[in-house]
Amino acid sequence: MAKIIEPPPKTERQAPPTRQVKRSVRRLESKSKVDGSAEYIHNLTLPGMLYGKIARSSIPHGKILSIDPGAALALEGVYAVITGDDIRRLIPDPYYGPAFHDQPILALDKVRYAGEPVAVALAKDPHVAEEAADLIAVEYEPLEAVFDEVQAAKPGAPIIHDVLKPATTFPDLKHLQGRSGTNVALSAHVRRGDLAQAFKESDYVFEQTFRNGKVIHAPLEPYVTVGEMAGPDGLTIHTASQSPSFVRSELSRLLGWPENRVRVRTAFLGGGFGGKLYIKLEALVAACTLLVRKPVRIALTMEEQFYTITKHGATVRLKTGVRKDGRIVAREVEVWWNGGAYADIGPRVTQKSGLTSSGPYDIENISIESHAVYTNEPPAGALRGFGISQVVWAYESQADVMARALNIDPIDFRRRNILREGRPHATGMPMTDIDIDAILDRLAERMEWNRPFDRGSATTRRGRGIAIGIKSCVAPTTSVAMVNIYGDGSCGICSSTVDMGQGSDTAMAQIAAEILGISTESIRVVHPDTDVTPYDMATLGSRSTYHMGNAVRRAAEDARAQLLRMAATVLKTGEGDLECRDGVIAAHSGARVTFHDLMVARFAMQAGNIIGIGSFIPPYEKPDHETGQSRQITPFWMLGGAGAEIEVDTETGRIHVVKLVNVGDAGSPINPDIVERQLIGAGTMQFGFTVFEEMIFNEGQVVNASFADYKIPGMLDVPDQLSGEMVEVPHRQGPFGAKGVGETGMFCVSPAIGNALYDAVEVRITEMPLTPERVLRALRRAQNRPLGSD
Amino acid sequence: MKQNHRRTIRFKLNGRPAITEIATHETLLEVLRRDFSLFGGRESCGQGLCGCCTAIVDGIAVSGCLYLAAFVDGAEVTTVEGLASGGKLHPIQESFIANCGFQCGFCTPGFILMTKELLERHPQPTTDEIRHYLSGNLCRCAAYPDIVRAVKAAAGEHNR
Repeated sequence: MAKIIEPPPKTERQAPPTRQVKRSVRRLESKSKVDGSAEYIHNLTLPGMLYGKIARSSIPHGKILSIDPGAALALEGVYAVITGDDIRRLIPDPYYGPAFHDQPILALDKVRYAGEPVAVALAKDPHVAEEAADLIAVEYEPLEAVFDEVQAAKPGAPIIHDVLKPATTFPDLKHLQGRSGTNVALSAHVRRGDLAQAFKESDYVFEQTFRNGKVIHAPLEPYVTVGEMAGPDGLTIHTASQSPSFVRSELSRLLGWPENRVRVRTAFLGGGFGGKLYIKLEALVAACTLLVRKPVRIALTMEEQFYTITKHGATVRLKTGVRKDGRIVAREVEVWWNGGAYADIGPRVTQKSGLTSSGPYDIENISIESHAVYTNEPPAGALRGFGISQVVWAYESQADVMARALNIDPIDFRRRNILREGRPHATGMPMTDIDIDAILDRLAERMEWNRPFDRGSATTRRGRGIAIGIKSCVAPTTSVAMVNIYGDGSCGICSSTVDMGQGSDTAMAQIAAEILGISTESIRVVHPDTDVTPYDMATLGSRSTYHMGNAVRRAAEDARAQLLRMAATVLKTGEGDLECRDGVIAAHSGARVTFHDLMVARFAMQAGNIIGIGSFIPPYEKPDHETGQSRQITPFWMLGGAGAEIEVDTETGRIHVVKLVNVGDAGSPINPDIVERQLIGAGTMQFGFTVFEEMIFNEGQVVNASFADYKIPGMLDVPDQLSGEMVEVPHRQGPFGAKGVGETGMFCVSPAIGNALYDAVEVRITEMPLTPERVLRALRRAQNRPLGSD
Repeated sequence: MKQNHRRTIRFKLNGRPAITEIATHETLLEVLRRDFSLFGGRESCGQGLCGCCTAIVDGIAVSGCLYLAAFVDGAEVTTVEGLASGGKLHPIQESFIANCGFQCGFCTPGFILMTKELLERHPQPTTDEIRHYLSGNLCRCAAYPDIVRAVKAAAGEHNR
């Protein structure tokens, strides 16, 4: 059973709960998703459109000596070949990025990773464009390259960017402007207490280094963008993007245009997972469209996804001081993030995941150093969790090591150390609206932790493990929403939140429906279109339910207030006597009026609009630059836990996950079914990252860039028993108590499986993924009969 | 590029006669999308490994991204758009809705068509049979447990 905590008094007026929120409404778009009619930008072609195919760098680091489009242009049907120099004529400083303006729209003068876009061939026939892209001849002078994040951060490493170019819009990055001679784009720090003294007073000190390989998002709808002119001086970009508002502002900045000349719209996304954030193809398509003044479409293949954006590989060094009684008193963390050749959102991953890398623990003495490092690999960005699963892998593997060394039960060990309500987080912010004990309770219950456990037989050994993790929701960010009542009384929501499968359309409709007293299913959610829908920072970081949910709530409250004022006149009563319920406005006397009749009364016919506006930006205090301390670092904390029960085949090293329990704090869920499915979906994704997904590089070249060689979990791979479990801790500022939960299921799966592996075979693997080969090698080393090449 | 190798194909598409002109290197998927605006089949992995592009040709599920359009000349082709009849969704489609068998929905038509083929051959599949039959369809959102339930529920419906 869910443990419910009574929320403290509400700080904002909220309607009494009715049937619309906390109800497992089916997704509003269900029919369109089973009959093939759901709109994706993937489906879009325009009259007279050209297809673009990208010619990519064949080396990881080098100067471009020449680009010869001759053979490509000679091919029948080729319209144009575009290079970086063409783009520079249109956009003098064609470098983009959300944190650093370091990524050229097409490579200029040099290339920094194998697979980097160098030129584009345009043709009416996509097959011709593809053939032409292969015919573009590029000559390079190779430069020494660096791939490992720790090596790249050291003095003397080959320098990838001559000078750092932070986006000047961020005051906290200003000090990096003009820095040269380093691959470290940014270092973030958290400092608290007296670390040296605390280590001296510790009874035990544990120090280990953990690594994560690189993986990719692999949304099944590949990245796609279509551009077209909108009159002589406007541009429309149709794009499979999680951040239409950002795309508009970044394109405007690049072009030197006001934002109102750039329109960015999207549709349903066939998955996103953080890959479709910020600028991916949009700047390139915008430039091509403006250069040829015709509609241009660029759609990537699955192979090209591997050259576009990845999750960060990371190296995490952890040093932890513990007392005999199991209390952690000191923790020193250093993280190196392999950001690839361009920063994308890596510096923010570095800061945000850095600041929680000491874990969900109450530790008095902390030092965290988190470094964003450039390497000659494809750029790394946000992937469902924003770096959290990398640091949880480290600190929860180490928690298991420490619990075992101290002979304390792993759940008990965590109970002795977890943060509780009111206690300060490593950043100094007092914890609010959390209950980690409830997560541990649920894990213990679902894992039947205190019952005898079958340890397996000779070659099939069984084990189990748990882990918990914490994330701070990104801050500060803004969401704006409109709720529109049309002339016939029907309702539309205008929101720039992108529904990429997480069910945000349905959740937003539930929130507005709750306020307006109408059915969720009757509401239409207008998809993001920057000409129509208001600003939203982006659909990322599990922020939409909380931020856009609050904006939609306020917009609906605004619309309701206007409706009640109108109804008070029509029904000749006071507004306080009225409420919205069951699709009408009703007075206590029993008199009622429909929205439609109100509109007719107000506009003399079926006409007009009632527009409610809501905007939301939670309070935030910028952390101190040196110490990372802040009284308000995040609007809400995300807490998760996972438990895994596994079988290990000691002859092959294969891990078979029998049971995977994923627990997440969802606040008070808007749609319980969808929340559980988010936990299961995220858990399955991270399961793939844990046991087999890994991008393999050879001298900077991705050698497994296809589903033939890079496996994602299929039906036969997933754990036999898989569950997503909500713990309900209502959040006092969340819409109807809700928190975001889209990423929570990612946090803890890897260390839960890694800890189960140790439990089964007493082998500790510190590097992900836990492939059969890696497990078998470790097993054989432990048995003192290493495999040949070890 | 053999732009000049073009031909006309005639086939039955979702029960109705269809005719179009294609280049011989074009795939069934691109022709269904370009010439018939049937967008239920989608290109994802481009290698016949994910099932998003599934179409049924003469009763057999094929990967539309690999299957040449020229080969459907004279054949009978069914896409997800052809499953509903008389304004009513097919029971498999209804079952995917009732059991929440999707999140982003991009892979869903492929799963539904493969389920159709499965239930025609194995009207009462076991969980294992379902998992094996659908193992060539990938869902990155990982709605797998819901999909299995949807298929089982549809099988019940199928046998009525």
